[in-house]
Parts: sequence; C-alpha cells; structure tokens
Amino acid sequence: MNQHVASFVNIGERTNVTGSAAFKKLILAGDYARAVEVARQQVENGAQIIDVNMDEGLLDATLAMTTFLKLIAAEPDIARVPVMIDSSKWDVIEAGLKCVSGKPIVNSISMKEGEQAFLEHARKCMDYGAAVVVMAFDEKGQADTRARKVAICERAYALLTGIGFPAEDIIFDPNIFAVATGIEEHDRYGLDFIEAVAEIKARCPRVHCSGGLSNLSFSFRGNEPVRRAMHSVFLYHAIKAGLDMAIVNAGQLDVYDAIDPALRQACEDVILNRDPGATERLIALAESFRGTDARAEKEAEEWRGWDVARRLEHALVKGIDAHVVEDTEEARLAHARPIEVIEGPLMAGMNTVGDLFGAGKMFLPQVVKSARVMKKAVAHLIPFIEAAKEEGARAKGRIVMATVKGDVHDIGKNIVGVVLQCNGYEVIDLGVMVPWATIIETAHKEGADMIGLSGLITPSLDEMVTVAEEMERAGLTIPLLIGGATTSKVHTALRIDPKYSGPVVHVLDASRAVGVASRLLSDTQRDALVAETASEYEKIREAREGKAQSVLLTLEEARANFYDPNYADKPAPPLQPGLHVFSDWPLADLRNCIDWTPFFRAWELHGTYPAILDDAVVGETARSLKADADAMLDRIIAEGWLTARGVAGLWPCARDGDDVTIHLVEEERNVTLPFLRQQVRKSRERANMCLADFIDPAGDWIGGFAVGIHGIEPHCERFRAAKDDYSDILLKALADRFAEAFAERLHQHVRTTLWGYAPGEQLTNEALIREEYRGIRPAPGYPACPDHSLKPLLFELLGATANTGITLTESQAMLPTAAVSGFYFGHPESQYFGVARIGRDQLEDYAARRGVDLATAERWLRPNLD
Amino acid sequence: MTSARDLFLAEAAKRILINDGGFGTEIQRLGLGEADYAGSLGLARDQKGNNDILALTAPHVPEGIHRAYFEAGADIASVNTFSANRISQADYGAEHLVREINVASAAIARRVADEFAAGDGRPRFVAGSIGPTNKTLSLSPDVNDPGFREIDWDFLVEVYHEQASALIEGGSDFILVETVFDTLNCKAAIMAVRQLERELGRDVPLMLSMTLTDLSGRNLSGHTVEAFWYAVRHARPLTVGLNCSFGAAQLRPHVRSLSAIADTLIMVYPNAGLPNELGQYDELPAETAAMLREWAEQGLVNVLGGCCGSTPAHIAAIARAAAGLPPRVVPAPPAGTRLAGLEPFVMAA
Repeated sequence: MNQHVASFVNIGERTNVTGSAAFKKLILAGDYARAVEVARQQVENGAQIIDVNMDEGLLDATLAMTTFLKLIAAEPDIARVPVMIDSSKWDVIEAGLKCVSGKPIVNSISMKEGEQAFLEHARKCMDYGAAVVVMAFDEKGQADTRARKVAICERAYALLTGIGFPAEDIIFDPNIFAVATGIEEHDRYGLDFIEAVAEIKARCPRVHCSGGLSNLSFSFRGNEPVRRAMHSVFLYHAIKAGLDMAIVNAGQLDVYDAIDPALRQACEDVILNRDPGATERLIALAESFRGTDARAEKEAEEWRGWDVARRLEHALVKGIDAHVVEDTEEARLAHARPIEVIEGPLMAGMNTVGDLFGAGKMFLPQVVKSARVMKKAVAHLIPFIEAAKEEGARAKGRIVMATVKGDVHDIGKNIVGVVLQCNGYEVIDLGVMVPWATIIETAHKEGADMIGLSGLITPSLDEMVTVAEEMERAGLTIPLLIGGATTSKVHTALRIDPKYSGPVVHVLDASRAVGVASRLLSDTQRDALVAETASEYEKIREAREGKAQSVLLTLEEARANFYDPNYADKPAPPLQPGLHVFSDWPLADLRNCIDWTPFFRAWELHGTYPAILDDAVVGETARSLKADADAMLDRIIAEGWLTARGVAGLWPCARDGDDVTIHLVEEERNVTLPFLRQQVRKSRERANMCLADFIDPAGDWIGGFAVGIHGIEPHCERFRAAKDDYSDILLKALADRFAEAFAERLHQHVRTTLWGYAPGEQLTNEALIREEYRGIRPAPGYPACPDHSLKPLLFELLGATANTGITLTESQAMLPTAAVSGFYFGHPESQYFGVARIGRDQLEDYAARRGVDLATAERWLRPNLD
Repeated sequence: MTSARDLFLAEAAKRILINDGGFGTEIQRLGLGEADYAGSLGLARDQKGNNDILALTAPHVPEGIHRAYFEAGADIASVNTFSANRISQADYGAEHLVREINVASAAIARRVADEFAAGDGRPRFVAGSIGPTNKTLSLSPDVNDPGFREIDWDFLVEVYHEQASALIEGGSDFILVETVFDTLNCKAAIMAVRQLERELGRDVPLMLSMTLTDLSGRNLSGHTVEAFWYAVRHARPLTVGLNCSFGAAQLRPHVRSLSAIADTLIMVYPNAGLPNELGQYDELPAETAAMLREWAEQGLVNVLGGCCGSTPAHIAAIARAAAGLPPRVVPAPPAGTRLAGLEPFVMAA
C-alpha cells in the first residue's frame, strides 16, 4: 500500500460537452481559459479522474480535444489526476492519446463495427499505454437485457485477453438505460444492469465496471429531487453488486440515508423492479416532490421579504451567504456611495454580531460564519469603491498578524484574525513561517497600529523574543500582541516584555483579542491598559525572582533516584519488527477514533464531549458545529479529500544510562536517543524519571511513529478564495483531529498486531481517549521529551519523510501541520511525566550526549532552563 | 539461440549486473579539437562537441571508452548515440547522417562487446542509447501560450523510429531510452519501438530510464516515479530505472519507491555526485560505490552503473562493491488498474 488505492471512483463529468451545457458554451465560444477552470474545480471537488468529451456537431472535436488536453497538461493541479479521453470517434480518441502523458483511460471502444475494428483499437490502446472502457455494444446493437450485457462483455473479454490486453485495464460499461418510462420492457433495465455487473465481474476476472448515471432518471427530467434520489438509490445497490466507477455529478447525489423514506422506497421498488405497480407509485409520488426544493426554500426565506438593511443584518447574524451579493448590490444602489453600505448596514449588522458575541449569546463558530458573509459583501463592494477612487472606510485599526518563522500552525491566528475583522479592524495576515524582517517591514509599510504574533510549538517562543528584539532595534513603538497555545503570561512577562519598550500584551484567546485591541487603540483607555499590563508583568517578574525555586538535585543524585521498573514485565519482542508504512489509512476508520473534546476547545467551546452537546449555554452552538463537522467529514471521506499517511517502526534497543541505543541490525549501526531526566527534588518515594528508565539495559524494544494528514491545501485555498474562513478553519481543525485519531489508531494496531503485546485488547473509543492501555507514545517537544530536535533522529529512523511525506521546518514543526510523531514504550509501568526544570550540569551532559554544542542545546531546551 | 532478453534475464537472476559509466565526460577529458570531430566529412557547421559523430570521424574514441568500461567490469555498453537523432543533429547540420552514425556506433560497441565475451565467456550486452532530444511533447516553450508545442507526437515517433531502427541494424541488443525528462517523449519512443518490432517481426527489448529534475522526485514533465512507471509499464521493459538526476545520495528514496512497485528489473546509474561550482564532478569512486553498495545490500537494484562524471575507475569500484551481493527479487504487485496523471492512481482489482 504505497499510494492512493481507490474503492469507488468518482469521475468528473463537467468537462464533457454532452453532459454540461455550461462547458459546451465555453468551448463553443473558444473560452478555453474558463474551461480549464472547470477542470480545476472538478479536481478540487474530489474528482479522481476527469472525463473530457468534445463530441459536438458544431465543433472540430479533434482540435478541441487536443487543445484542451494540452492546456490542462500545463496545470499541475489538474494534470495530477488521470484523464478519461471520451469520444464516440476513434480519430478524436487517438488524437487525444498523442497529447496525454501518464496513463489515461479511453472511453470507449466496442464491437459495434465488428471484431476487426474493435481489436485494432484495442491494440492501439496497448501501444499508447491506456486502459479502456468497453461498451456492451455489438454488431446487433446496444445490450439491453442482462443476458446480452453479460454475453457481449464475455465475448469482448475473451477477444481482448486473447491479444494480450491486460484484464485489469478493461472497464466494462454495460449501459444504464432509463427506467420508469411507462414501457413495460424498460422495467427491468435497472435491475438488469445491477445483476449484469455482478455476473460480469464474476466471469471476467480483474475487470472493472462503470456506467453513466444520468440516463437512468431520464423520465423525471425537471424533477431534481426525484432524479437525485434515483441516482443515489441506484448507486447504492450497484456499488454493492460491484460497480467500481461512475460518471456522475457529485452535486446530483443525495446521502442514501437522508432520502425521504417514502421516496427511497419507491425508487428502490422501481430500480429493483420489485412489482409491476412500482413505476405507477413512483410517478404518483414524484408529483409531490416536484418543486419541493423550491418550496422548502420559500418557507425558510420569509426573511427575504424584509427591507434590505434588515436582510443584511439577518444574513450576518445567521451566517447565511446565499443572497448576500444580491442584497449588497441592492443596498449599494440605494446609497449614494458604496462605502456607505459598509459603514451603514453592514457595520450595523456586524456590531450586532459583536454585541451578541460579547454577551455570550453567539459563539465562535457562528461568528466565523458571519465573517464569511461580511467578506463576501465587502468583496462585492470593493471594485465600486476603487472605481470611485474613494478612500476605503477607515478601519478601527490595522493589525499585522503572523505565525512566526519555523512554525506552521495557524488555526488560532486565523480565528483571532476573523474576530478582529468582524469587529471592524483591518487585518494584514502574513500567514505562517514569517521571518521577523517581513513582519517589521510590513508594519512599517502599512503603517500598522499593532503586531500580533502567534505560535504553537515551544521553539516559537524564542522566535517571538527575536521579533521583539528586532522591533526594538527598528525603533517601533506600536503594541505587540502575543498569542498561541504555548505562549503564556509568564513567558511574555519574563522573556518578551523586557526586550521591547513598546506595550507587550499576552492575549489568552480570541474572545479577548477584541477587547485588548480596542483598548490599545483607544485614546482614553490605552495608557491605562499599558500601565496595568506593565505593572502586572513587573509583579510576575518580581515574584519569579523572589520565589524560592524548587530545589534541583545534581544530575548524579537524580540519576541515583531513577525509576526502577520490574524489567521481567517488559513486553515480548514484536511479532513484526522493522518499518511498517501505511500510505492511505482509511479515513472512515479514523473517524470512529476522533476525540471531539479538543475539537470544541479549538473553537473556544469548553466542555467535554458528548456532554457539551447538551450544555445549557453552548449546547446549541456545539450541536450546530458538530453537524457542520459531520457534513464535512462525509465529504472528506466520500470525495477522498485527505490522505492519512503513517509509518511505525519497532527496533531492538538497550538502555545505556539516560540514552537508549537502538540497534539497526540490517544496517549494522546503532542510533542513540538521548533523553532528559527530571531533576527537581521529589517528595519521598517518587523517582526522578527519564524515558530511558522504561527500557531494560539487558536488551529491550522501542518503537517510533509518524502520521500525517495530507491534502487540505487545495480545499483551504478554495475556501479562502470563496471568503469562507469558517470552512477553512473547520477543515484544518478536522485534519488535526484525524492526525490525533490516526496516532491513537496506529498505536492500537502496534499494541495488538505489530508489536502484539496486547493481542486481546478491546477498548472503546472513550477508553482509548482515557489511555486505558498499556504503553505510552511520548512525542518530542512534549513534557516527557521536551527536545524538539529529537524529531530529525526519529524521522531518520522511520524514513518518515519518504514514507509519509511529512517534512520538518527549521524549528522542527511538522508539515503538513496535521501530524503527530513520537516514540513507543511498551513496558506496563511506562508513564507520562514532565521533565520540567533541569540544571546546567544536565544541559552540558545532554549536549555532549546529543553531539551538539552547548549553545544549540541551550536553544532547544530553553523552556526547561532557568 | 537464446534471445538477448532471455540471456540478460538469466544473468540478472545470478548477480547484480553492471552498466557502463559517463560517456560525454570521458570524451571531454580527451580534449579533442574541431579537426578531430569534423574529420573529412566536410560538414558546413562546426562539429566540436558533437560527441556522437565521432563514430564516423574518430571511431577509436568510442571504441577506447567501451574497452575501458568493459575492462572495469561492465556487462553492458551503452552506445554513444545519446544525441544521434534528427532533432539534435540538426544543430550540427548533420541530420542526414543520423542513420550512418547509429549503425556505425552500435557496430563499434558490438565488436568490443563480442571481443570481451569471447575472451572470458561472460556475456556482454549492447544497449542502443536514445536520448530525450531537446524538444518536449508535454511542455510549451512559450509561457504566454501554454497550449503551444514545438513538435508533435507523429514527428517524434518518426525521429525515434529512424534512430532505433539504425541502432538495431548496427547490432544493439536493446534500446535504452534514457534521461527521460518528458514522460510523453518516452511514450513516443515506446510507440516507435513497437512499430519497429512489427516491421522486423521480432522482440526489441526496451530499457527505460527516467531522470529527476527536483528533489521531490519528479521529472520535468511533472511525473513522480510511480506515475512514470504506470505510464510506461505497457512497454514491458527489460529494465526500468533512474539515471543522471543528482547524485546517489539524493536519489535513494526514489530508487526505493520505484523498486517497491516495478515488476521488472531495476537499473540505476546516477551521476558522480553533484557538479561543483566549476561544473566538475568530484565524487570519488569509493564514495559512489559505497552508496550504491548500500542499495544493493538493501535489495533495491538489479543493474548499477554511472552517468555524468563517472569514470572507468567508478565503474570498477561499483563492480567490486556489488560483487557477490544478491540481485533484487522482482516483486509481484497485486492485481489492479494502475493509471496515472502526474501522480499515480490505483484501483484495486
């Protein structure tokens, strides 16, 4: 398993002139630039293969096919997926084959013109290196009954394999025809197809089956709810019978379980031809669904009758973006200047949002949705404002925000950015991994009113100190806001504040950001806040200096007080030592292992899942957020947005003091992992622990892992392009959950199967979350193993970058950001602990063991030093 | 008589085979002048740098290099015809000599190979080298017109066909399509060889070798090694692999991925490291050999050799390093439909 292995394949059909009127129009008009965008969207939306068809009487199909294929070849985001060259004319197909590298699919060839032409085309496909769709079509015509479908496909299979055509490169299309037409002979068409698929796959080993879905519901043209239901029901049964792929517009499918039960039953009766009255019943029922889409919309949209200002407010508060552009346009026409729309109704609406948020009546997920609506409205107005050469609305303040160099985490920063924007601040977001020079230069150039820094991993704390020092050197005086998971008031007070003479404020979370920003930019309140903060930080520093620090043992003393487990209990050697690569762990499996509590915390909704769903205050928001998350998870999984790649390794080793020495037997070398030991004096009986203590000096085993979730970028880009921060943040938060779930799941797989010391382990997801299992998986950069710079060692052992595609930044942050890595300790007594403060003696000892100079070790271990 | 394909497979089952090393850099070291290159052909343009034409004007040069590589322990001679195609020769005004160059050059390699085989009874093979030409089927040279192409498929198939046919006529055992920077160019070469096979009524085994242009492991047309393999697997090549690119150190992860999925022999012949600031390769034979030995020990390869910057000393060191190590076992991947865009896509059977 070292690449994407698909089960059911969605073939994008929007780049097909016979299937998409919009695409046909673009091609006929020669607008290839926009036609290419259609292809790009399809791939972004999860099409795993794109079907290209130019069969249109008014077109030179050969020219259109080759032009389009050459153009998409120049677009790496599109060209990454295979192409299906679709034409009823062989000449067009062959011209296409001469332009497509990679290995495409030809759609289609058949025995329509006899065996000779069929085999000639098949041979050419072999020479060009293409798979083929073979239509169930022979000299007599298209196969309609089950028997004819099977007979024709079997005959084609024998002919093709007879000339050496690889069976796995054959895809049969046994023809989907319209059902419920009122003609009795058509009643079995659906069932015939489904049964034929099962039989063809049984009789023709290694082939695949495909079909074009839209014919099926032809008799219900104009009744989209019924058509969607029919397609979904049909696919549900056909996939079970073995259908591997379908040319289908993913937007024209419903979730099978979500279809109205009566309608689903009626569709099922028709498609499976359960009784002669089925068609009549579906036709009767269909009338009641005709236009239900429209009616439901109408009911939900009473508010559409309100005046435009109220409509905008409603849309902002409810986060509905469906009509915002037309409403904004209406408001623009009603105002003398476009800027007044922003200053008037839109700001009024956002003020309502801000008030509700401030009063705790709206929660972060809703605010982010509101921001999406606001951004769309403003985006609509900007061209008009620029055309009128008007000064933009003066924002309350301009804030430059960045995740510092070496760090790639930005969920928190994005949330703060959105909240600030909702409250009328202009945010210049420099993104992630931003060097200090860029931050300061931008602040200068844009005349920023303040700078906000964010970071998640501990090395970012140092980088923030650097930014503060450089701001001082650049002579800046504007406020510096510090935020992010590892930042703290104490660190800000002790390390950052002393380096910069302007105001430095630690901001605990997004909901505080607006208050801090507005006070810092207020003429009347600024000085008070600055003085307040400065004195608070001064007190922290004094307290720190005066505080009797916990007493440190010498390293020697600490080592003497090591944790002494009963090595007789150590787990047996792994059943499957060595490296195990998982290139596409099924997301549907990981979904069941998700720990939801941290997900809600990321959105600043505090509480434990699932109790949080019924929380009196945030329950409703939590439920709505969970519903959006579930809907996105459905799409992520169904459309294959993300790929979970991981690697686990199990190696023989031995403890050697505070080091663990790994023996790479095949490579005839050892790798030393130095660990840190607690040095703070313990109360009686408690050991000064070090991870090495859990390893038997006489020989033992240790493991390592790295998992990452790939593929969010195109989707995040798409969301951002659509001004949809909500979905952007939601997807990032879900990717993080998938990474954690993968780490949990892989650890379980290691315990039960690969290492196998707990073969019978049966734990519920809740028990997994509570870590009720044997063994731990501490990660470099976390309390038990605080040195982030062990990651490159771990990665090298695992071949992690080659095996999982995860890379490390200079600060040892992992990319993609949704990634987890760590070590496996299997001893039943192994446990998590915090190394906490260490002494100079251990620092010097560690630097020597780690093979780095003192300054480097000091840099990596700064959070653990005085 | 055993076919060259079967003979090669039989030898490859016994040991890791050795390809030869750099040709261009070896010729460069001789410091030949315009007169050496031009000979008495009377061509209108300067020929200095046209390495391939030496087969006609200074046949002792390629012969000497083949000899040196066989002496170093090579099993395979790649014919000195990397640029002996109509497109590249047009730069020297020598496109009318393409057939002659290829026939003559292959014949030289054949003669030396047979001489060595007769000497010690160990089979030697001749691989007719086909370079990528300096034109590409997949990319537009004009940034403002991404749909534009300098050449088309049918033309390139003809160009390759002309060269392949002459290489076989001159006595090549295999056609080596090497330094593939554009996967579609390679597919055109495969098509040309298919046509040649039908004309000759016999098997013409292919060796395919991709070159990577960036460390993420893609060639110029953007294909990953996996996507490349799926795009060319229909050629049922005798070997597939990587050459040139960067040095062995950077190539390793990609050799590994290809080795895991390709159900045929793997041949890799990297450059002798990366060139220094002066464009010279200074990786020592022992260094290259040590890295290649690691691949052999890990069972990643069936054929090893060198590309730019490698010398007979490198090949001798590689041959010594690989001696006695078992060849890679060709895997049997599970059945499945293997498609590719720039990236691979697999449907399980």
